[in-house]
Amino acid sequence: MSDDESLKSRRNALKCMAYGGVGTLFTLAGGVFTPIDLAMAAEDKARVAKLGRPLFVQISDSHIGFNKDANPDVNGTLTQTINLVNGMAEQPALIIHTGDITHLSKPAEFDKAQQILSQLRTTELHTVPGEHDTTDASVTEYFNRFGKASANKGYYSFDHAGVHFIALINVLQFKPGGLGTLGAEQLAWAAADLQGRSASTPIVVFAHMPLWTIYEPWGWGTGDADQLMANLRRFGSVTVLNGHIHQIVQKVEGNITFHTARSTSYPQPVAGEGKGPGPLKVPADQLSKMLGITRASIVKHPRSLALIDTTIA
Amino acid sequence: MKHYQAFMTAIGMVTLGCVAACAPTAVPPEKTQIVMNEFMFVPMGLNIKAGSTVTWTNKDNEPHTVVSDTGVFRSGAIDTNEQFSFKFDKPGTYHFTCSIHPRMVGTIIVR
Repeated sequence: MSDDESLKSRRNALKCMAYGGVGTLFTLAGGVFTPIDLAMAAEDKARVAKLGRPLFVQISDSHIGFNKDANPDVNGTLTQTINLVNGMAEQPALIIHTGDITHLSKPAEFDKAQQILSQLRTTELHTVPGEHDTTDASVTEYFNRFGKASANKGYYSFDHAGVHFIALINVLQFKPGGLGTLGAEQLAWAAADLQGRSASTPIVVFAHMPLWTIYEPWGWGTGDADQLMANLRRFGSVTVLNGHIHQIVQKVEGNITFHTARSTSYPQPVAGEGKGPGPLKVPADQLSKMLGITRASIVKHPRSLALIDTTIA
Repeated sequence: MKHYQAFMTAIGMVTLGCVAACAPTAVPPEKTQIVMNEFMFVPMGLNIKAGSTVTWTNKDNEPHTVVSDTGVFRSGAIDTNEQFSFKFDKPGTYHFTCSIHPRMVGTIIVR
């Protein structure tokens, strides 16, 4: 096959997948991650078929209200993201938003975000707040809209298709100079929630800030997450999903797979590049290649999750 | 442009000098401005008299907050070029943090 033909075939494959861009596909088999380029995966239909129906899609860091150079149209890129999800051949059973729904916790920003998110064909939406959603002292704006699932505590759990989901909040009890914090009360709740569950139950844990330390000087981590991990280690398949850093970073530790999602708003620098974790301005034609979602499917044998990251263009 | 700015700064300094020199009975002006710049509070520490008001101004392209460790004061999100002010009436030591970027810390001593 010539390079031209290869390119054409690759383009068609991407079109067939109804995705607009490049991404990386990960299958989790027996606790081992196998990264496959999405374009190649699209051509290998048998392999893709094994991925089955998408269980959920993770959306993160929409930052509605942000209006700086790095992305003057965050409403537009969130809408593009939703169009991408709505265009999937099979709709996910549920959507997870891992926080920073808004930029400044303003009522008008939350209202706009809800208006855009209501365009999703999949109506089951589970959220956790980011630190940008909780800058009002009492977290009133977030909890008024999304607090019901957790009785305004911010953490809750639910089951879907045999998978146990745990939503955690790690943006409230911050320690000066430190990382995100779960806190003793939430850790005790999570331990009790996991107790007695079969080790073969696939577990998905999601929270805004990374639940492992990616870069401490920028606060990219959760100081007391180790206590949570101790309770998760006995399970055969644990997927930990976070946002906050606006880029994909992954780690596998035993049966626990850690994964951060791209944002739908603007990229951030890689750890330690520049003065701090602020918006990264990239050429306009590069932006949508740095925004996207994570799609998770159940792999039947073994029963675990596969994650696919997709950019919006 | 640089010359112009330097000139304006010079005028500002002369004006400030005049206020101090021409009104000896007035309370000496205290530096009560803190900027948030490149993910730092600048300056990180202030020593002020009771009754002074401190104003924080965000110069970053990213919002920050000013939250007292003991809950004495708390701003909402302060976006680029926005400000937050708090009047310190009681002497004491006040530590504060940005709740979005907890590495940003500062201290105000009120005497």
